[in-house]
Amino acid sequence: MLSRIADNLYWMSRYLERAENTVRLLDVTQTVSLMPVGANQDDLNALLEISGLRSGYQSSHHALALPDVLKFFTMDEANPGSIYNCLRMARDNAHAARGKITAEMWESINSTWLDMRLRRTREIGVWNANAFFDWVKERSHLFRGATYGTIMRTDAYQFIRLGTFVERADNSARILSVKFHRIEDYDRPVSVADLYQWTALLRSVGAFEAYQEMYRGEVTPAKVAEMLIFRPDFPRSLRWCLDSIASILVKIRGDAGLAAKRQSAELFARLNYGHMDDVLAVGLPEYLQGLMADIADIGDSIRKGYLEAV
Amino acid sequence: MKVRPPGPGHYDEMLLAGNGIREHYRDYGQWLESCDEAWLAQRRQEADLLFHRVGITFTVYGDEQGAERLIPFDALPRIIPAQEWQVLERGLAQRVQALNHFLHDIYHEQHILREGVIPSEQVFTNTQYQLAMQGLDLPHDIYTHIAGIDVIRNNDGRFHVLEDNLRCPSGVSYMLQNRIMMMRLFPELFARYPVAPVAHYPSLLLDTLRHATPVDNPCVVVLTPGRYNSAYYEHAFLAQQMGVELVEGVDLLVKNEHVYMRTTAGLQQVDVIYRRIDDDFLDPLAFRADSSLGVPGLLSVYRKGNVVLANAMGTGIADDKSIYPYVPDMVRFYLSEEPVLENVHTWQCRRPDDLSYVLDNLHELVVKETHGAGGYGMLIGPKATQAEIEEFRARLKAAPHEYIAQPTLSLSSCPTFVEEGVAPRHIDLRPFVLCGRETRIVPGGLTRVALRDGSLVVNSSQGGGTKDTWVLEEVTPC
Repeated sequence: MLSRIADNLYWMSRYLERAENTVRLLDVTQTVSLMPVGANQDDLNALLEISGLRSGYQSSHHALALPDVLKFFTMDEANPGSIYNCLRMARDNAHAARGKITAEMWESINSTWLDMRLRRTREIGVWNANAFFDWVKERSHLFRGATYGTIMRTDAYQFIRLGTFVERADNSARILSVKFHRIEDYDRPVSVADLYQWTALLRSVGAFEAYQEMYRGEVTPAKVAEMLIFRPDFPRSLRWCLDSIASILVKIRGDAGLAAKRQSAELFARLNYGHMDDVLAVGLPEYLQGLMADIADIGDSIRKGYLEAV
Repeated sequence: MKVRPPGPGHYDEMLLAGNGIREHYRDYGQWLESCDEAWLAQRRQEADLLFHRVGITFTVYGDEQGAERLIPFDALPRIIPAQEWQVLERGLAQRVQALNHFLHDIYHEQHILREGVIPSEQVFTNTQYQLAMQGLDLPHDIYTHIAGIDVIRNNDGRFHVLEDNLRCPSGVSYMLQNRIMMMRLFPELFARYPVAPVAHYPSLLLDTLRHATPVDNPCVVVLTPGRYNSAYYEHAFLAQQMGVELVEGVDLLVKNEHVYMRTTAGLQQVDVIYRRIDDDFLDPLAFRADSSLGVPGLLSVYRKGNVVLANAMGTGIADDKSIYPYVPDMVRFYLSEEPVLENVHTWQCRRPDDLSYVLDNLHELVVKETHGAGGYGMLIGPKATQAEIEEFRARLKAAPHEYIAQPTLSLSSCPTFVEEGVAPRHIDLRPFVLCGRETRIVPGGLTRVALRDGSLVVNSSQGGGTKDTWVLEEVTPC
């Protein structure tokens, strides 16, 4: 397929996935704020850290307060990572690749955008944010469902899924690295106060129920890290994402993306045959730094191999 | 709902003078009468919502916000009986055939000029004459693979050709989408009427494009200026319906005297380009150097015969308004037939006699720029202010050869659902003619409607709307 169109499809799904991930993060921050311990500056800082938008926020805001952060991440036109902009970019990319997606997919993403513009005319605050978050997740699910159910399994489909998993891998790694920054004892069950933080983290990647089912009870940082890095059956773990990326790349015809194919297969092997002990041996923050760099390299190789016009 | 009658002396597609109803509209009229206004309004709203969701929009140039708008869709069909369509079909095929002959002749021996049927200076001084096409042989001698011919019905009830569009005629996607919409909104009507289908247009188009090259199993692409073009939706729609790539200039490159597109699996050779970009923008090396829409070096590949452009370069010389008056003569000259479809009488302002007549009668004529399109840059005498008339008078005197004039036609009207209910509004018709192995026309076309009362301007860029066009099939008794 055309390189330019592959680029559009890849970014369409990256932006949509980014919108969904951002909403999950906001959702838990907002939930924590409703609990007795409340959301503290650390949580809000973590949000800016994970999304890499701290300087953008600080340039337009003096104080760090939940209502402002909410607005910044949802409706702010000046914030390139706001949900508003993510959905706009997703829709723009879909528009440019209109001929390669099905009518149902286009209708789904276009009406999401039209609805988004309408929603932006209304005020958003702590009282109504949940409904908005649910809506974004629902629209993301709907689009994925329309894609899964209607599009031909050609290269177009592969580039759409590639965008999803590269974005998701990046997001999972960022969340882990921010949240695990200052942990000293990974095996000690967390305190009651911290429990909220940890369950919030699990919820932010939609993993709370899965965690309960897998590990029962006790929340320890090591188990949370293991789940998000190594679980072979959890669709947001890094292992899962890399498995997906590597096997998608295998399906794309031609030799253009050899580097991406090799790098993703290598990283997948490391995760597939890796263990928490290895992680703790080098230190979790260092391990995660390495992972993020590798994921960025894979993204780069995909861009060079397939998406940029020769 | 009640249907408001047209003014006296007007030809209405549905109503006869004196309250009768035309035979082919009888069933529909009964059905319409039984419809409730609120119900019909609800249907129309549903259509708007669907069009928006599907993204069938167009961009209006000069609109500050660059907003995408819907072309207003009218839920009342324009119905053409079988016998009338047969005449139209014959006339259109004949006309486009003659135009293709003309283009081949102009870019080769120029018999028609040598025999004085058309004055040479009309061709050679015309900016649409493309020197790069001179002497170039095209497969099957086809220049205009896709033509859109604008036809109107005058108040004598006869069809006249108003304009030929031989460059990149647009609007066919509305023809297709309007039908899908009508079948969705009013399925019961399609059970009552034998409406000829149009949905096979994309497959006929693909067949036409594949036939345009001698290459076996050719790679066909649609070339668009991009998503900010007013007709981008149509480009994407047609590419998808045909199952071919929709490319932009940046996707193509010239190498080893062939055109390739950049794909995720490397370079792939392109054989036929259905281009929706004007000649001037196709190749920055040959034409406008500032064009970022085209492909550098495309012209040289084209001249070597290694790629086919549909339509060919230089077709503008045949649909120019200054050449238009000669089309009936082309039919006689090349086909030795009498034209089935008439032209609208046209005064050529470059002729002194015609000019003085036009200047004396500006208040009742329509004056058009010979190179204009889209309803821009024209004067409608009866609707114009004195100041506008004086402005055109000055422009005419300064450059008479740039203008033609035509009588103010009373375009036929068709009942249309507007604010005051169902009332007559003026319409035209653009059928699409495909020239390949044979000349083919899907039964129908794009009916455009001027939504303002009394207005004659149907262009979508000027606030016109569209209707579904029903060509009835002859019902043969079993």
